[in-house]
Amino acid sequence: MPGKLKAKIVAGRHLPVMDRASDLTDAFVEVKFGNTTFKTDVYPKSLNPQWNSEWFKFEVDDEDLQDEPLQITVLDHDTYSANDAIGKVYIDIDPLLSSEAATVISGWFPIYDTIHGIRGEINVLVKVDLFNDLNRFRQSSCGVKFFCTTSIPRCYRAALVHGFVEELVVNEDPEYQWIDRIRTPRASNEARQRLISLMSGELQRKIGLKVLEMGGNAVVGYLQCFDLEGESGLVVRAIGTACTLDKLIPGSASNTNTHPNTAPASNACNSPSKEIKESPLAHGCRSSHNSPVHSACSSQRLSHSQNFSVSVPTLVFTGMGSGISVGKEAGPLKTLLRQQAQSALEQREFPFFTLTCFPPGFLVHIGGVVSARSVKLLDRIHNPDEPETRDAWWEEIRQEIKSHAKALGCHAVVGYSESTTICEEVCILSASGTAAMLNPRFMREGCLDAGGSDQRLSRQPPLGMVGSERAEGEVSSSWLGFDDASPPSCGFCHIPYDEFNMPFPAQLTYCYHCRRQKVPDVLFTTIDLPAEAAVTGKGCLIQARLCRTKKKAQGEVNATAISNLLPFMEYELHTQLMNKLKLRCMNALFGLRIQISVGENMLLGLASATGVYLSALPAPGGIQIAGKTPSDLSYDQHISTMQKRINDTIAMNKELYNIHPPECIEEVVGSPIPDRQRSRLFRSTSESSDELSELDLSHGKKDAFVLEIDDTDAVEDIQSLLTDAPMPAGFYSCNTEVMPGIYNWTSGLQMFTSVRVYRLNNANLTNQGLNKIFTDLCENLLKSLYFKLRSMIPCCLCHLNFTVAVPEEELIQVAVTAVAMSFDKETQLAADKALNKGSGENEEQLQFSMELCGESTSSNNQPTAKPSGLPESAMTHSSSRDRCSTWLELLRLKAHTIRRGSVKTTSSSERCSPLPEVRSRSLRSTRSLPCGAPVTVVKMTPLSFLPRTRIVKYLGIINMFFIRETTSLREEGGVSGFLHSFIAEVFAMVRAHVAALGGNAVVSYSMKECVFMENPNKNQAQCLINVSGDAVIFVRESDQEAIPPLITCGQTSTTGADGTT
Amino acid sequence: MSVELDVFVVNTTIMDEEVYQLWLDGYTGLGHNINQLTHIDILDTVIHQSYESCYLSAPSSVNDAVKVRMEGGVLEGCEASAEVLHSDTMDQYRTFQMCERLLHSPVKLANQLLFQIPPHRQVMLIERYYAFDSVFVREVLGKKLSKGTKKDLDDVSAKTGVTLKSCRRQFDNFKRVFKVVEELKGPLVENIRQHFLLSDKLARDYAAIVFFANNRFETGKKKLHYLTFQDFAFCAGQLISNWTVGALDNMVEDMDVDLEKEFLQDLKELKILITDRDLLDQHKSLVCTALRGKTKAFNEMEANFKNLSRGLVNIAAKLTNTKEVRDFFIDLVEKFIEPCRSDKWTAGDMRLYLTHYTNSAHVLDTFKHQVVWDRYMGVIKSCILKMYHD
Repeated sequence: MPGKLKAKIVAGRHLPVMDRASDLTDAFVEVKFGNTTFKTDVYPKSLNPQWNSEWFKFEVDDEDLQDEPLQITVLDHDTYSANDAIGKVYIDIDPLLSSEAATVISGWFPIYDTIHGIRGEINVLVKVDLFNDLNRFRQSSCGVKFFCTTSIPRCYRAALVHGFVEELVVNEDPEYQWIDRIRTPRASNEARQRLISLMSGELQRKIGLKVLEMGGNAVVGYLQCFDLEGESGLVVRAIGTACTLDKLIPGSASNTNTHPNTAPASNACNSPSKEIKESPLAHGCRSSHNSPVHSACSSQRLSHSQNFSVSVPTLVFTGMGSGISVGKEAGPLKTLLRQQAQSALEQREFPFFTLTCFPPGFLVHIGGVVSARSVKLLDRIHNPDEPETRDAWWEEIRQEIKSHAKALGCHAVVGYSESTTICEEVCILSASGTAAMLNPRFMREGCLDAGGSDQRLSRQPPLGMVGSERAEGEVSSSWLGFDDASPPSCGFCHIPYDEFNMPFPAQLTYCYHCRRQKVPDVLFTTIDLPAEAAVTGKGCLIQARLCRTKKKAQGEVNATAISNLLPFMEYELHTQLMNKLKLRCMNALFGLRIQISVGENMLLGLASATGVYLSALPAPGGIQIAGKTPSDLSYDQHISTMQKRINDTIAMNKELYNIHPPECIEEVVGSPIPDRQRSRLFRSTSESSDELSELDLSHGKKDAFVLEIDDTDAVEDIQSLLTDAPMPAGFYSCNTEVMPGIYNWTSGLQMFTSVRVYRLNNANLTNQGLNKIFTDLCENLLKSLYFKLRSMIPCCLCHLNFTVAVPEEELIQVAVTAVAMSFDKETQLAADKALNKGSGENEEQLQFSMELCGESTSSNNQPTAKPSGLPESAMTHSSSRDRCSTWLELLRLKAHTIRRGSVKTTSSSERCSPLPEVRSRSLRSTRSLPCGAPVTVVKMTPLSFLPRTRIVKYLGIINMFFIRETTSLREEGGVSGFLHSFIAEVFAMVRAHVAALGGNAVVSYSMKECVFMENPNKNQAQCLINVSGDAVIFVRESDQEAIPPLITCGQTSTTGADGTT
Repeated sequence: MSVELDVFVVNTTIMDEEVYQLWLDGYTGLGHNINQLTHIDILDTVIHQSYESCYLSAPSSVNDAVKVRMEGGVLEGCEASAEVLHSDTMDQYRTFQMCERLLHSPVKLANQLLFQIPPHRQVMLIERYYAFDSVFVREVLGKKLSKGTKKDLDDVSAKTGVTLKSCRRQFDNFKRVFKVVEELKGPLVENIRQHFLLSDKLARDYAAIVFFANNRFETGKKKLHYLTFQDFAFCAGQLISNWTVGALDNMVEDMDVDLEKEFLQDLKELKILITDRDLLDQHKSLVCTALRGKTKAFNEMEANFKNLSRGLVNIAAKLTNTKEVRDFFIDLVEKFIEPCRSDKWTAGDMRLYLTHYTNSAHVLDTFKHQVVWDRYMGVIKSCILKMYHD
């Protein structure tokens, strides 16, 4: 009996009137955990009862502690009839189970009813006494920390990154049980809420167990999803990255963990020494071009009657069977991952990481985006109540992803995520990520315990890996040679695959930054922009939208139709992305998310990403339009006008995003396929396989991008390309953590959720018509956001990820949760200006700070006194200094290309000077902030950080699921009124739970699910919302002065950098 | 294609003050101000087409607000369309509607959890919600805050040009404040300020409204039309702070809303000033001596002294009768202000006269009611001075 849960019900306020006669309420409270229930006394005739109950004590297994929520039900006592329920509060007590998180839950919680919404508040106190359990075979995993954040949380240091963890639990959906026909909607909703809460708890516990088995203590990038399969059940599944995190001592803490993007320059100067020291994997010069989206779709039925598998035409596998790669993959992974029990063995199967942001030096090279989709039929699941079938499905998809990654010469997938879309019995499973080469140092056991051996080990190329692919052998020799010279800011751009054996045709050049290694012309990724990356200008949100009609069908026919459509959709989305990228004169996409949503008679595709101009990659060619039938004059004229418009747009965008790449002599090298200056991008809606292969070949080889107008279709494409409304002045947008090119955030931020549902009134729409509607819809939503947030100008909308769904025939739902963050225009301008002349002047200081950075890195790696440490770090010093100078030369060479980072942050002497100013500013902002309010102000953001603040403590994960239903839709203001108040209520409940944990913010907040159903004729509507995030305590930068700047200079530098950003 | 559902919810609720004002001003009623705003008719069509399936309590209402916003030029500099503006207005209106419940008991607004509203914004929301139009309040001042009065609000609306919606809100605010403070002990203004978190100025105005409604002072007679709400509010302030129970002792377990019975009873004693001939003559000669040569209107003052004095003292003597209390202001005007005005007294004359009229009574040997006299005349003097204008 390893745990004692204690709860105390203090008081209630603002209760609803339950007795019409007296206009009062006789309230009492039931406190339930597991099967034990306690009751408070009835507090008669009050809307603000003061129960002040005793401590209710539950003696329970820690397994239950993890699975079960504490249920608090507020009721109105009725002498003659049954007591009326006022509402409930579910409290997840998981945060109390970890010693480092919250110690007590105490505060006002909204009392929630699925029919009436929030009805008053209740003050509750919850504590847990946990006894140590030394049982090896325990089923609980108390103490494993969970983070939604997809980077290493701020006040921790990643000692070890173990790898991928996943789990899935299935249950019958209460809403689909026979009993639902006779029970009230309230009972049904509550059964569902409770079940999902239980399942989430169980899932988290099971994942925790896996983490413990792997030797980790935390899950980062925890992504939990629900699949409401309907008749076949309710699936809760989760993926994450198991890590061993060390808590940093506050004070010395903040610095190593500052967000890379907020401290770009200092990180950039951190990395040279670090990367060189730690990246034995820096590959030699191997090249090929990446076709950024590398994916395949397959659809498989359980019946095995037919197995159709379709590869997306952007990539052709040749000579690389997935079977082979699987066999060989085991080798390198052995060195990567901890060898332990059997579960760990399973783990090795998938070298996936849900992280999108990495510690410096972790990411070595990026291959490109890998994705896989699979169409499944839910009614064919043999044993719907068991997870096996779904496990097998995901296993299959993951294998596919792995083999794709391997085809790109990568041993790992980062920024990995999984999703589903369900329509009736059809389910599309999707997975995507970014193929990458990682530094195994972070994944090897004991690498940090013994610094010396680590150094030695890391200097050797991991032999297992070398052998794993044919190509690698040839290259391995070059590794060491290039090792030391590998520049920091471009390393990740260098191709990981073999130049002479490219997985797909591509155009390669020498890196524009280091001139030593090959880079592709375009890079697509699902991760955030690495901190060390050198970027020219600013970034922007790029969206590709697509709608495809589909005949209504059932079962296999439907599944076949869908899987036939998928590759075309992927291809077209990709083309759109590419076009829009070129139009903005950019060459890389980060945070790419492609969502395909299926409805009864259409498929929606939405790809969002943040486009940037990576300085290391070649300048993108323009877009050229070619007419297919150059017959009459007016047509030619039309084309030339369009060409002019496109050119104008590109020029305008260059200005807008401040992209002024250095004029460089193009050196196209190493492409095994002869260049064709103007190979055509063939655009077709036909679906014959012959054309498909043609697509394959042509796609990778373009240099200048040629759009051929051969049909009205393409004309519309170009039109739509140009009709993407430009952002209003003062706005920027991105879907990643932060906008490249903006550093001086103010503390002003506004998180918002917007949901829109559109009805397509015309049933007989063409693909083009639908596309137009869908595009307009997204554009209008964006316009609306810009208008509503105009008071924040100048600001950037960050994490702007749209979620689309087809809830019903002819309905399209778009939901977005993002944050608007304002920045300081003046300092931004100053920073931009300073950058242009910057780097050269500061080299002395740069070098100085880099030494220190070298020191700080090594000391960070071994925070405790290291016995063998001294000679080690001395060695590091000298070597890093050498390398620094090399790097500096490069830097000087490329000075004008580096626009990232601000001078303030690069030089250590200036680091101190801007501080007072910064402080005064942030002080001002503190003053302007609401203070002294009786309700704790809780900030919410989908990002992993709050600008100008420092997160000092993570209090635990927030994972909440709510159902709201109404039978008086009109009275509640129609569908909009209903959903508006529901979303506001969800925010309120999240804030209340965070405040009760002692926190003042939620980071990495996301609305995972928003399922809205309506029946206006019956005056009814129902909505399910699932949200998650990390509860944290933050302090303002200005409050940080208390921390003495006695830490190493490298660390102060980052603090300074933090301040200026 | 039509928008079926469109919501935008923020974590920190910030409302556009301009839209809030439109909402408060009642651009929600069914086409109230349409006639004033006909020139953007096209907009109607646009909105009706794209939002036909949108429900808000009154969909057409929002259009009025959208029109006003468009005219106000909110779209200038933004690349937004009428649709965007409509969507934004709807979002804000919904938020206001959800907030309205909380605004009814402002204390709740501070510790509710549904909306995270910065404190200074809360202050703004409350202050504006409880703000009222002086033309409107002038119409209902002193009336019983009953259902009957509420039914007549459409006439008030038509007369004042304030939308019915806005009239109702203002009326309900008066009534709500009245109901809450009616049963409370202690100083009226302070009670209002604490329970409704209003600014001092607004709390004082509400105190006046409550005071007038409670005592049912007649303010609607034609002769009183020239008086503004602020005139009455000032007088109410004087009465509250001098003639109520709480005026003498804040700790008294009674409220500020009723005039002190004992005091009213004592006022009857003042009658001696006009019933006793000697006293009246004495009083007159004292005042005249003091005034002689100091004002151009001396002759009129001297001639009218007895009439004026009778007027004031009779008002005092009648105040025990609740019905007469209601006519307090009309009496002041008829019995005192109008005669003086017809004699072309200046404000200075008035001040001079009242000062000496009050002070001279102290010198009268046989007059024993100095305290009551001062308490009475202090208020009368400041009220008349406030009310003596065109």
